[in-house]
Amino acid sequence: MAFAEETLGVDAAVAEYVRAQESKDQLRFLTCGSVDDGKSTLIGRLLYDTKLIFEDHLAALEKDSRKHGTVGDEIDLALLVDGLEAEREQGITIDVAYRFFATDKRKFIVADTPGHEQYTRNMATGASTADLAVLLVDARNGLQVQTRRHAFIASLLGIRHVVLAVNKIDLVDYSEDRFNEIRKEFEAFSSGFDFDTYQAIPMSARYGDNVTVKSEAMPWYTGPTLLDHLETVEVGEHELDAPFRLPVQWVNRPNLDFRGYSGTIASGRVAVGDEVVVAGPGKVSKVRQILVADAEAGEARAGEAVTLTLADEIDISRGDLLSGTAARPDVADQFAAHVIWMADEALLPGRSYLLKIGPKTVTATVTEIKHKINVNTFEHVAGKTLDLNEIAFCNLSLSAPVAFDPYEANRETGSFILIDRMTNQTVGAGMVWFALRRASNIHWQSLHIDKQTRADRLGQKPVVLWFTGLSGAGKSTIASILEKKLHLDGKHTYVLDGDNVRHGLNRDLGFTVTDRVENIRRVAEVAKLMTDAGLITLVSFISPFRAERRMARDLMAEGEFIEVFVDTPLEDCKKRDPKGLYAKVARGELTNFTGIDSPYEAPENPEIHLRSVSDPDVAAEQILSYLRDNGLLTSSQFADTGAYI
Amino acid sequence: MNVHYSQNTIERLSNLRRLEAESIHIIREVAAEFSNPVMLYSIGKDSGVMLHLAMKAFYPSKPPFPLLHVDTTWKFRDMITFRDNIAKEYGLDLIVHTNQEGVAQGINPIDHGSSVHTHIMKTEALKQALNTYGFDAAFGGARRDEEKSRAKERVFSFRNASHGWDPKNQRPELWNLYNARVAKGESIRAFPLSNWTEHDIWQYILTENIPMVPLYLAAKRPVVERDGMLIMLDDDRLKLRPGEKVEEKMIRFRTLGCYPLTGAIESEAATLPAIIREMLIARTSERQGRLIDKDESASMEKKKREGYF
Repeated sequence: MAFAEETLGVDAAVAEYVRAQESKDQLRFLTCGSVDDGKSTLIGRLLYDTKLIFEDHLAALEKDSRKHGTVGDEIDLALLVDGLEAEREQGITIDVAYRFFATDKRKFIVADTPGHEQYTRNMATGASTADLAVLLVDARNGLQVQTRRHAFIASLLGIRHVVLAVNKIDLVDYSEDRFNEIRKEFEAFSSGFDFDTYQAIPMSARYGDNVTVKSEAMPWYTGPTLLDHLETVEVGEHELDAPFRLPVQWVNRPNLDFRGYSGTIASGRVAVGDEVVVAGPGKVSKVRQILVADAEAGEARAGEAVTLTLADEIDISRGDLLSGTAARPDVADQFAAHVIWMADEALLPGRSYLLKIGPKTVTATVTEIKHKINVNTFEHVAGKTLDLNEIAFCNLSLSAPVAFDPYEANRETGSFILIDRMTNQTVGAGMVWFALRRASNIHWQSLHIDKQTRADRLGQKPVVLWFTGLSGAGKSTIASILEKKLHLDGKHTYVLDGDNVRHGLNRDLGFTVTDRVENIRRVAEVAKLMTDAGLITLVSFISPFRAERRMARDLMAEGEFIEVFVDTPLEDCKKRDPKGLYAKVARGELTNFTGIDSPYEAPENPEIHLRSVSDPDVAAEQILSYLRDNGLLTSSQFADTGAYI
Repeated sequence: MNVHYSQNTIERLSNLRRLEAESIHIIREVAAEFSNPVMLYSIGKDSGVMLHLAMKAFYPSKPPFPLLHVDTTWKFRDMITFRDNIAKEYGLDLIVHTNQEGVAQGINPIDHGSSVHTHIMKTEALKQALNTYGFDAAFGGARRDEEKSRAKERVFSFRNASHGWDPKNQRPELWNLYNARVAKGESIRAFPLSNWTEHDIWQYILTENIPMVPLYLAAKRPVVERDGMLIMLDDDRLKLRPGEKVEEKMIRFRTLGCYPLTGAIESEAATLPAIIREMLIARTSERQGRLIDKDESASMEKKKREGYF
């Protein structure tokens, strides 16, 4: 390159600078605080001290300070960042502003976001692309309601690094006690948030103490200055360790010989020769070529804009999500998500909005607002609609299945915006929490996906737990408790209950022996499909005949059928009589009743034999132990998700 | 094709690589979402970087949109030559639009001043071109670090049917999800370089060896001092005022516009590394050389509301 020769001609400082630029990385952070905490002043101070304020800006600033300033004759640094006329007149920040400065180590992009309650949407906007949040508090006032809100929103938006900037410390005589008081209060309430790093710094943005230069007025503070911390804080790239994801933005077809899929890698890495799969249809191919921007490369990583060509001609278009074959995204047309509402007109469940997730746009409705979240107290509140700046946990239903990851696992593939179909305004922002169970596993049609693949995807071993026993023995109660326990452990389950199935699938069947057999046959077939889908299926049926239980067992693979005999004596069942059926029999209103006038053939060698259960919870634990002991239950990675929300 | 810098030794993408990827993402998103996009090409260094990124974004295809240059007829001659060469070299369609009504009225920066000239020959001319061709999206090379009102502008910046910008009613913009929905007649101005700084731009030009108009490099050129600025005599339309005298000076430009409105700086920096060295010790911002920003500090916001880029 011509530049290399030229470099030799300029002095060492420039050469050094150029080299430093090559390895300089980028940190995006946002500042948030209440109205007078001094956010704009702090950013102005950072720009001023890193000498990114030029003389002509300074001249304009001096002029503006006289016109709009709030600090008397001094230069009002806040006016540097309050860009819009209205803001300068009102002395407040009304919109997100992006500011830039750099040191030898890093380039910084600062989102300055307003602190007023009505501007929560702007803070969420700034937070969505930030690695770190600087939360400002006024040392005189201490933590405010807004501070809690800012910490909560930062955490909700997935920010893992925070700085507590205790500003205006000069106004409390640089008091160490006051600083510690505020610091401890913050630590107490923020312990539930999942921040990776946290640093509290006492400072005066107005005079520059501990912003870029260590304060001489606070010898008791031994920590870093704000700038030191920002320059050195490790913001590990979570997206680099996550599984490979490439949302396809653009299909590149210059001629018949080249078919490339372009997009920005959302997470993970990819190399030539890797197997990739299109989420949804499940078509698999191999990476033939990688272009990072316009340069051929052997591999590429999260954050890079690439174009891939594949070994096979498969149908891929804008909006598809490519992943590796091992860890695949969810595909569903219903999911639960946190939604932040950003429009004056309230969100109405049932109304149709456009939902843009990655490069894909579908129509969507919020089917249910599960609860709203009070951003100041973090309490859950009921609500039918969602107003401007409110946050809720909602169920959404989409017009077509989309591929995604939970936001917690992947910020890029787990985020979406909602657009009003009439005004085209961006009215909401959402973070997917999980796919709704009823929507999972119905979009896998490819022959390449088998039971094993599906089970691996779900991270579990599919089995059928077949509960048999007399009416009233406790089968459904135990199955229901067991399902809850499995669900909490992140397992994907389904309960087939005798009474429920008779309302739909087996509505046409009576209680004659023939019908009882057909009843069991159908249920066994359904259980087989569910096992094939990778689920843990709990069948709760009286199923009185050995032959039919045998038939069910034979449908499943070796070791997949677990017979659970809920062995409760007939006298106890009669006493419990939860559905009043034994009473009906006694009154002669019911015939062909198992155990009375129709036989029950007890299992000879059930895998699990529950004798005279008195506590269904204990029985459920007994079954869990059996599953664990036989290697059918692997420990879950999903335990305790979202406990604080 | 350029050499790809391996990131194996660096866990995080470097600032420039992250900026590059982000810009390409934005450019691809516009191309995919709009039916008739256009790239505003002003011939300056930022336009040059933006065009370079567009070439990368669609490689080995060409960018699927034309370039548009709004020619005020007062650009430096070097700029026009450079523009035509670039379009030919890159193999792209170039649309050149001039406000013919303005030409007929004889509007010029010398007699009418910067604000009338800019309004008629740039802002109005741009609106004419966008209307004539029915473009629903226009790329611009503006950066947020240039000026205060730019700092609050979205990457996808919505314009109403009369091309106006409403700073208080901007669409929230989260993650890298850009709302591209517009009704008929409305449009989006897309700014792929939003997060770049002047330093980033020069660094990238140097690293990527991007061709630039020679006016950015110092050379001996004829100048006259006027209103505290050094104005280059690019043709004989600039009449000398009493007392003004033409001098040959070693000068260069930090920003390029209409030549009578663009101030040069005295400089010995004749190479890119030398420019970077100068920039490291710079005491004034690049827009300082532009007369159009001088009127009052909120002037850019006013112009943008009216449809200026």
